[in-house]
Amino acid sequence: MAAVPETVMLSTANAVANDSPTPQAAEAAESGVVLALPLPPATAATASLKEQPVRRLPRILEAASDAAAATLPTIVVLGLLLAVWQFACGAPGSALPSPSRIWTESHEVILHPLKGVTFHGLTPSVEEGDVGIAVHILTSLRRVAIGFGLAALAGIGLGVLIGQSRLAYRALDPLFQVLRTVPPLAWLPISLAVFQQAQPSSIFLIFITAIWPVILNTAAGVQSIPPTYRNVGKVLALNPLQYFTKIMLPATVPHMFTGLRIGVGMSWLAIVAAEMVQGGTGIGFFIWDSYNSSLLTDTIVALIWIGLVGFALDRIVGWIGRRIAHQS
Amino acid sequence: MKTRSYLALEGISVTFPTRKGLFTALGQIDLSIERGEFVALIGHSGCGKSTLLNVISGLTKPSRGVVFLDNEVIDRPGPDRAVIFQDHSLLPWLTVEENVRLAVDQTLKGSRAERRDWVRHNLELVHMGHALAKRPGELSGGMKQRVGIARAIAMSPRVLLMDEPFGALDALTRASLQDAVMEIQAKLRNTVVMITHDVDEAVLLADRVVMMTNGPAATIGEDLRIALPRPRNRIDVAETPDYTHARAEVLHFLHQRFSNPVDQAA
Repeated sequence: MAAVPETVMLSTANAVANDSPTPQAAEAAESGVVLALPLPPATAATASLKEQPVRRLPRILEAASDAAAATLPTIVVLGLLLAVWQFACGAPGSALPSPSRIWTESHEVILHPLKGVTFHGLTPSVEEGDVGIAVHILTSLRRVAIGFGLAALAGIGLGVLIGQSRLAYRALDPLFQVLRTVPPLAWLPISLAVFQQAQPSSIFLIFITAIWPVILNTAAGVQSIPPTYRNVGKVLALNPLQYFTKIMLPATVPHMFTGLRIGVGMSWLAIVAAEMVQGGTGIGFFIWDSYNSSLLTDTIVALIWIGLVGFALDRIVGWIGRRIAHQS
Repeated sequence: MKTRSYLALEGISVTFPTRKGLFTALGQIDLSIERGEFVALIGHSGCGKSTLLNVISGLTKPSRGVVFLDNEVIDRPGPDRAVIFQDHSLLPWLTVEENVRLAVDQTLKGSRAERRDWVRHNLELVHMGHALAKRPGELSGGMKQRVGIARAIAMSPRVLLMDEPFGALDALTRASLQDAVMEIQAKLRNTVVMITHDVDEAVLLADRVVMMTNGPAATIGEDLRIALPRPRNRIDVAETPDYTHARAEVLHFLHQRFSNPVDQAA
């Protein structure tokens, strides 16, 4: 591409921009253009117009077969694992329940995740006591949302501070480096002693777990802003607020979201552990409760829920990060 | 009162602290540039050309000496001295139009429509009017640098500073951008200071070629006026005796009087 003379590239870019409404057609036109260099632009344009209808339908089928090719190996492996698991644990008296035993003993839990919730119109009301697994998950998610939200705000703020100011970095970074190695559960006694109640102390636990990767990644992002972007800001005489919104924030978003993604994953790890110890409500409590009631099959169902929700959280934060990175 | 040139560098020297003590990059530079003049700065790598340009832009503070622009002292960067960076430094998250718009919003007071039209007008000048909604990542190196030029001239700067603007481009693209710069310069008559490594580029584009001695404590070795008539056409001009003479003089300076310090060490 670089070896093509500038003037020629300009004219072909024009042809692509004007005559091909879909990116696929643009691609086709662009790849055709290399061969069609001596031709006048009109020829290239008609070629790309002709190609369009032919390419449309197979694209959809192609996408479907791509999707199948991507998911099929996972499905096969999953099937094999279940078969091996069933074979290994299928004997009566096996310590670990087999898939079929999980179904026979826990299908109530699997099929009625919203047990104990009644809908009056659109507003749900939750009964006291024995509730479905989704209700426990939602309780945990609410705690994660509050704790992680606070951690994201404070973490981005502190990250920008130590990324921008050398003095703040020297003062705070060693503290952060030490504190981030403290395992979440080690904070629990202090948290319980200070907050007395399950809800605020588990939110604090999420906060203190998730904040470190957010701080450190944001700071690394701010420090790695290319010097030329800073120079652009200086030459344009942007004021500090403009510099923050127009250059620093967009340049740091990818790093920031790496931190947020790690943070949300760690929050989910921490909340389950915290609820197992504290009891009361939440998916961690559900696991502990089912273990104490010798309902190991329920525990396994809960494990699968936790895995899927954690996966979803990770993907959602990653998706938001990509959206923002594209837009800003 | 002493009459100063439009852009006047008086007794500029720059020293940097290093591990081995103070390093003098520039020693005692005096340079006077008239309004509308196109000056090329040429010299070997590491001779302090970029430092000198940064002093004019205000990004580097001189240890001694003063830069005057239109009789005002320059002590900080500002949009009246637009810089075209070697790596174009367009912001990758903004479109072509938004990149230029950011600069125009900082410099032009006027209605939204006026500013928008001014952005588009300047992108048309560099023949990039077709790529308003593209992001820098979708453009070739030459196109990015065209947008970089549009961003700089859209600021209507008092001085246009170019830091090896075409250094990273291949020869054909570079020639096409040089033509674009000459075309724009014929229309706008900016005061331009351009750093280059390329003897032909310097002689073709500039009214004056300022040659710098090798560092440390680099200074101005020779100041050559290029009297070629404009508009200049790269093919026609290359055959004139004036051109060959100017070219030979710069080559002589760079390769005999002040040859590359790396070669001397070897």
